[in-house]
Amino acid sequence: MDDAAAPYVEVSGLCVVGREDGAAPVPIIIDLNFAIARGEVLALIGESGSGKTTAALALMGYARRGCSITAGHVRVGITDVLALPPHGLTAYRGRNVTYVAQSAAASFNPSQRIMSQVIEPALVHGLMSRGEAEDKARMLFRALALPDPEGVGSRYPHQVSGGQLQRLMAAMALITGPDLVILDEPTTALDVTTQIEVLWAFRNVVRQLHTTAVYVSHDLPVVAQLADRVVVLHGGKEQETAPIATILHEAEHPYTRSLLAAAKPSSKVASTPVAADAKRDVLAISGLVAGYGGLDAQGMPRFPVLHDIGFGIGPGSVLGVIGESGCGKSTLAQVIAGLLPAAHGTMLLDGRELPRRVAERTPEQLQAVQIVFQMADVALNPARTVAGILARPLKFYHGMRGAAARRRVAELLDMVHLSLQLAERYPDELSGGQKQRVNLARALAAEPKLILCDEVTSALDTIVAAAVLELLAELRRELGVALMFISHDLSTIRAICDQVMVLYAGRAVEAGPRATLESKPMHPYTELLLASVPELRTDWLDGIERAALEEASAGLTMEDLHRPCPFFRRCPVHLPGLCDVQPPPVQRLSKGAAIACHRTEDELRQAQ
Amino acid sequence: MSAAQRTAVVAPVRRRSVTLGLSATGCVAALVVIALLVLAVIGPMLAPYPPGAIVTDDLFGPMSRAHLFGTDYLGRDMLSRILESARYTLGIALPAAALASLTGTSLGMLAASAGGLTDAALSRAMDTLICFPSIIFSLVVVAACGSSVTVLILTAGVIYTPGCFRIVRSIATDISAKDFVHAARARGERSPAIVLEEILPNMVAPILTDFGLRFVFIVLLLSSLSFLGLGIQPPYSDWGGLVRENLDGLSSGAPAVLIPAICIAVLTVSINLLIDSLPSRKGARRG
Ligand SMILES: Nc1ncnc2c1ncn2[C@@H]1O[C@H](COP(=O)(O)OP(=O)(O)O)[C@@H](O)[C@H]1O
Ligand code: SF4
Ligand SMILES: [Mg+2]
Repeated sequence: MDDAAAPYVEVSGLCVVGREDGAAPVPIIIDLNFAIARGEVLALIGESGSGKTTAALALMGYARRGCSITAGHVRVGITDVLALPPHGLTAYRGRNVTYVAQSAAASFNPSQRIMSQVIEPALVHGLMSRGEAEDKARMLFRALALPDPEGVGSRYPHQVSGGQLQRLMAAMALITGPDLVILDEPTTALDVTTQIEVLWAFRNVVRQLHTTAVYVSHDLPVVAQLADRVVVLHGGKEQETAPIATILHEAEHPYTRSLLAAAKPSSKVASTPVAADAKRDVLAISGLVAGYGGLDAQGMPRFPVLHDIGFGIGPGSVLGVIGESGCGKSTLAQVIAGLLPAAHGTMLLDGRELPRRVAERTPEQLQAVQIVFQMADVALNPARTVAGILARPLKFYHGMRGAAARRRVAELLDMVHLSLQLAERYPDELSGGQKQRVNLARALAAEPKLILCDEVTSALDTIVAAAVLELLAELRRELGVALMFISHDLSTIRAICDQVMVLYAGRAVEAGPRATLESKPMHPYTELLLASVPELRTDWLDGIERAALEEASAGLTMEDLHRPCPFFRRCPVHLPGLCDVQPPPVQRLSKGAAIACHRTEDELRQAQ
Repeated sequence: MSAAQRTAVVAPVRRRSVTLGLSATGCVAALVVIALLVLAVIGPMLAPYPPGAIVTDDLFGPMSRAHLFGTDYLGRDMLSRILESARYTLGIALPAAALASLTGTSLGMLAASAGGLTDAALSRAMDTLICFPSIIFSLVVVAACGSSVTVLILTAGVIYTPGCFRIVRSIATDISAKDFVHAARARGERSPAIVLEEILPNMVAPILTDFGLRFVFIVLLLSSLSFLGLGIQPPYSDWGGLVRENLDGLSSGAPAVLIPAICIAVLTVSINLLIDSLPSRKGARRG
């Protein structure tokens, strides 16, 4: 094909099928066609399970385990990708096509310095000398607006933030000057306030280097900031392909319209009416103070994390806890679980005092509160089978063993929609989503009243995360179990919670019914969180001033933690002389939420 | 799925074949180890000559019909001496290695799960112990208590406890920081249950590997002690002692020095091969 008008990347008639062991093959991608011009960013968009990632991986000539590419052509530049021999493919990947995954942390080796990892692809493919590669890396660091572009390379991955690591991953993908870069949900795992900054950096570098890219995402507003054209996928089939502006303003396909409607800010789930007779809360907490390190003379922890937290969770209801990473969400879960004893405050379980230490709790109290962790894989004992893992709490809480326990294990697996066949598998033989389901089943084995879910979906692929979320909603509906659902992701919180609590630097800055996230006025931090969620306009990112961007992504400093209002430095409406001197009072807003702020409702309404 | 099928699927017993899931190498190694253990028990009964008897003038004699493994530096029958010594080598090194593993593992687990002062005290004690060179340490003990099988087992066991302790403590500390241990704590489980149910099952492989290594060290330590006259007392000896006492025959390639060396090699290699090929689930069921 030497036709000058031939597109730079061309996919035609692509078909991919998947197969569960023994089952009949299921089509995942059906006759997919698209083309990408040089320097163009094409978005593959669709909801969970629509085949976005599968299509993107096929561009690298790769099919996930259990999948195979059965038909079609993929041409990138002059390379016929699917015709490449295995060793050709290896050279092609990483040099001509590179991949930026959802979790950069998983792609970096924790024990090697960042620079050596970023330049490795260039060295492996013999493209340039070490010195040249390092120069190029520093150029990319600058283009990606990384702080300290000269020095960041000599750090280790754990010494930089998640948002920075994601940008470093992009630098690694760009170091070989690839023909095509695939970005697979690269900002999905980030805090919204971090996401803004990463998006901004990605867009700049893509424009500056005229990179040809495929951007995979389920998030239309995010895509709108970066993509030139969009392919809408549904059930493995292309629904509509059009420039982004057309998609946003004159989408034709009904499915695209439904996607657009879903992306408009609105609540998807009808709020379950909270029992009006205000039954006693399952868990009521007040004046909670907790942290790490020993206690000082005043009984305060050496490194305080949580300050004066109070809330209640009604039977069968869901409290969402949202905040940036490091704000103390996990610490809160550990304190309630008794793993980290609180320094002050009271916790009432069903109206009765819940001791701070797990060792002092009665069996009934232990059974009533269960915790599920973020990292599904380290939360399961690798030396035990799924059945063994589930049998443990059954024996511990209910003295169940033998046939009765086996029956219950089968029931529990059924409850979390796992096949019985998995009972005899070990955790390393399960997928991420399956592991998290086993974790849930282990919590359910106790027959708890409350499950503390600490970012249970954050480490999962979007597709799997959505399914786990659905499962949680179902469990809550059918078993009436209450949830404390911790997340950094607004849309996840919106999807499942009745009540929300916004945490900032270990303080509850706003708390109220879920609707509190939709109606103004709100606490300035809640407003910043919401403002950081991309909107469905192509010029949203352009409209954000550099100053506002910096404000959004400015992390916490030690100094902030010691201010009466830790949000002071980032707050657009702060009152010097008041906010940095006196702790903000708690006030009720007319929308039904409580906020901790010196500004009055009227003042906030005017500012927002 | 019928009810019968269900129970079949969740039945807790994993069926194992007669090979216990061992690889071919593992089976051979297991057979060799078993054969050597049997020899250690019944060896002396099979010996054609009394172990200490000088039976010929032919020093460092070659292998022959009368002396299958040749003769040693005094003209004693090597086959008889090998058979006789097997029980000292195995009978001291195995219990000593087991003792080291057992105490090292228990103390290591205790240190890791108790933490704080217990951990600090145990770690310092082990650090102190490891400072003594093993030969000097045994020298002192044997000089003080005399040389007997029990003293040798205890000495070797104590010497190799700190090594095992360190490994166990560091792995157990790592595992204790994992969320599945946190989950067990949150469930309300007590420390002993957590150690036995959650931590220990993840440590079997490293502990066994460590055991194999300690075993080799102890066989070598025994031979050094025999060489210094502190080990098994003549006319008895262990395999390492046999190598040492016949070292002069090495230049002429006498079987008297080669055979015990080969025995040691076969024993230590098969023990380690056996341990390595124990069914580690991961390799066995992946893919
Ligand atoms: N074991 C620990 N020792 C000391 N500080 C910790 C420990 N764990 C967490 N922290 C600190 O406590 C703060 C809150 O952490 P965490 O509760 O994990 O936040 P989140 O879950 O919201 O991301 C962070 O500043 C973190 O660095
Ligand atoms: S108290 Fe002051 S600084 Fe804090 S959020 Fe309110 S206005 Fe801003
Ligand atoms: Mg957390």
